[in-house]
Amino acid sequence: MPLLDIQSLVVEYHTVRANVKAVDRVSLSMEKGRTLGLVGESGCGKSTLGLSTVRLVPPPGKIVRGHITLDGIDVVNCPDEEIRRVRGKRVGYIFQDPMTSLNPVKKIGDHFVEIIQTHEPEVTEEDALKRGKDMLERLGILPERIGDFPHQFSGGMRQRVMIGLALVLGPDLLIADEPTTSLDVIVEAQIIELLKELKESLGLTLILITHNIGIVAETADRVAVMYAGRIAELGETYSLFEKPLHPYTQALLNSVPNITKKGQVLSWIPGAPPDLAEPPVGCLYHPRCAYAFDRCKKEEPLLLRHDDSEVACHLYDKR
Amino acid sequence: MGNILEVTNLIKYFPVEKSFLDKLLTSQKSYVHAVDDISFSINRGDILGLVGESGSGKSTTGRLCLKLTEPTSGSIVFEGVDIAKLRGEKLRRFRRNMQMVFQDPTASLSPRIRVGDAIKHALSFQGVGTPTQRTERTRAMLERVGLEPWTNFYDRFPHELSGGQRQRVVIARALVLNPKFVVADEPIAMVDVSVRAQILELMLELKKEFDLTYLFITHDLAMANYVCQSIAIMYLGKIVETGPKEEVFGKPLHPYTLALLSSIPVPDPKAELKRIMPRGEIPSPINPPSGCRFHPRCPYAQAICAEREPQLEELRPNHQAACFFPRM
Amino acid sequence: MSDERPKGRIVVQLFPALKDLTRRGLAGWVILAGATVVSLIAIMTVISPWISPYNPIDINVGPILSPPSSQHPLGTNHLGQDMLSRVYSGGAIMFQVAILSVTVCIVVGVPIGLFASYTGGYTDKVASLVMDSIYAFPGLVLAIAIAAMLGPGVVNMALSIAVVYVPSYFRIIRSQVLTIKELPYAEAARMMGATGRSTLFSYILPNVIPSIVAVATINFADAILTAAGLTFVGLGLPISTPDWGWDLTYGRRLLTSGTWWVITFPGLMVVLLALGFTLMGEGLSELFNPRLQR
Repeated sequence: MPLLDIQSLVVEYHTVRANVKAVDRVSLSMEKGRTLGLVGESGCGKSTLGLSTVRLVPPPGKIVRGHITLDGIDVVNCPDEEIRRVRGKRVGYIFQDPMTSLNPVKKIGDHFVEIIQTHEPEVTEEDALKRGKDMLERLGILPERIGDFPHQFSGGMRQRVMIGLALVLGPDLLIADEPTTSLDVIVEAQIIELLKELKESLGLTLILITHNIGIVAETADRVAVMYAGRIAELGETYSLFEKPLHPYTQALLNSVPNITKKGQVLSWIPGAPPDLAEPPVGCLYHPRCAYAFDRCKKEEPLLLRHDDSEVACHLYDKR
Repeated sequence: MGNILEVTNLIKYFPVEKSFLDKLLTSQKSYVHAVDDISFSINRGDILGLVGESGSGKSTTGRLCLKLTEPTSGSIVFEGVDIAKLRGEKLRRFRRNMQMVFQDPTASLSPRIRVGDAIKHALSFQGVGTPTQRTERTRAMLERVGLEPWTNFYDRFPHELSGGQRQRVVIARALVLNPKFVVADEPIAMVDVSVRAQILELMLELKKEFDLTYLFITHDLAMANYVCQSIAIMYLGKIVETGPKEEVFGKPLHPYTLALLSSIPVPDPKAELKRIMPRGEIPSPINPPSGCRFHPRCPYAQAICAEREPQLEELRPNHQAACFFPRM
Repeated sequence: MSDERPKGRIVVQLFPALKDLTRRGLAGWVILAGATVVSLIAIMTVISPWISPYNPIDINVGPILSPPSSQHPLGTNHLGQDMLSRVYSGGAIMFQVAILSVTVCIVVGVPIGLFASYTGGYTDKVASLVMDSIYAFPGLVLAIAIAAMLGPGVVNMALSIAVVYVPSYFRIIRSQVLTIKELPYAEAARMMGATGRSTLFSYILPNVIPSIVAVATINFADAILTAAGLTFVGLGLPISTPDWGWDLTYGRRLLTSGTWWVITFPGLMVVLLALGFTLMGEGLSELFNPRLQR
């Protein structure tokens, strides 16, 4: 049984202008121990998708339809106390910005104590701090620094602390939303190496949400490419990079520079992502697609199997 | 092919704001050594990539080249004129020759000024042409950067455009004065991935058409490799390596350059990554390490590296590095 | 100089902005509600000569202190003046004082705020010192002190209120200017060769205006209440002019003898007018606060 199973999830944001479908009929499942790279550009819905797995979509967002089953628990409909137990204990979440995710007036130790005691109230402060120190050591931070405040840490170290807080309760699933976006190149590499190492040693299931194709190529077994709230393509990393199916995936991969490739010519995608308040008819990508034909302008493509991947494109839909 | 820009012994220190208690207890001032005695030159028609991480001083260097910030000391000679010494009206007039493309296209445009007017201001502030001529030139510029027909864009406000479109407006505004030199500070970092190459292509085309020289500031080595001809690597206020891009990225000499190159994520799952990880993290530019700034983190450091500061030396034709033990 | 008329452009922008106010959610409705209340009261005041059943300053048009009746729907006061007529026209003074004081504030406070904070250095320090000192005084007390020195009259009342309020404008503008000065677009203006004046007027001022408007509307509300307060303590206007402030003063004294209608209706109007302006001000602040929209 998969650890995480998402079925036809629809998440809407109710704004003044219109109801925007940030996530539109997304289905996805995660087997234990695997790593998924959830890739897309800004506004594609990947962050919203991540947040919905732990029911943390901020208002005016709302999960309106679909199912999310996490280790047997119905995330969408379960009572509040149950989802709170899930967060932290079953799922670790690393939010986008390590600068603002930590409470500046609380020592790191207090962060650990709070998170541990919330889920395991019988644990003493002493024991909680010990666990925190062990975690810091594992992450390459001197355990004595448990008494420091967030501002005393650099960006990279704060991100490690965030990872530590996410993992200290021993969850099976770790969701990292843009874990390296605000970090420098070398620190980014360090964090990615750290995540890879933890994945191995802790047997984590990892969902990596990012717009950086490079780190996905390095860490993920499978890649899901999102566009305008839908999944455009989902497949094993090697096949996706070798033979991308969806025109958006192809164009995206062609627009990222690869320093190891000599004489690369970058391309780009004309136009801009659709305004989700007034989406185009048919395939949401068709206005920018080099291969669009009649059917694309009228009918929305479904996510269908093609070889070992899934792709939502009429080019592969021979029905 | 002369040098359009020659920077010599450029220094910029920012005073550090201290707490009241610190001010009482210590009389010693501390400074952020943002740019600590660098010298380099840019050939006319070149695209120099100034590459570094945070705290490297690359953005400050860019701003110093345009005199947006006052240098603490040093000279910045642009086509024979030391702009470090320019002030007031002379400086204002001189600004026609050099322009900047900023990182954040949204913050670079006043939200209350229409896009066409924002571009036209450049012309009117410098007193170029008649009002009619200015409008004409603005319209032409809008179309030149791909915002055509101009009628669709002239009267828009920045928030009505996409990120990529806004960045084009910023580029149009920078180029409408026909400058000779453009400093681009992370011009595509805040633009969507799938559109970045388009902006870069535009900048390259415009370079040919307007006969420009670029200083391209970035932390994205892959992008720098794609677009630049020469590279200068900065670390903690110093230039540690410089040369043509094939040399610096192809045969890197400085351990820091090696570390950077091995850290870039490669969008190819088959790529073999051999990472050279420096120890620790970038130290604070307030108290930079003694000797070679990189020595506390360098896997190849030896005793001398903590005592003396290596200077930039030409170790290969045209290729300079500041290291006592370069990786030849 | 730039061939722009940034202020003209902004006015032109306001009208379509009003139209889509309702699309802006709660803030839009709040502004509309406030604006409606204020406009209705303003219209009422303006057409009062035509709709008042009696001349508001005529005495003995009815029996003294008579409660609301069909002839005098809002009753009469101790001079036999018709309260309905007084309520219709009493707002005129309020509006005059408020508009005058806000105008003085803007004319004085905005330029000082702009130049002092843009120039920085000693100019800024001195200006801040002066403004902070004034700000430190409790508003009404200071207004009373100044009004007492200047004497009665609409202009003097307006001036005393203005003095109290200028520091608020100064502070808001200063904080905005300091922020905007460091933003890339202000730097871009410098890069293009804009003079300090051009940068200030074309780039900084237009982005500061929304906050000025927000402060101005709250200023209006406060001016009205302060005007009523000044009259209340006897520093306002000659008694013959119809003024809610006077009605409040006398109404208070009459309250103990059971005459509730003299203070209530003018009081209600003062509150409504202040409320209307406050709603507008709050709604505008909501609207102009930079909010990231998805």
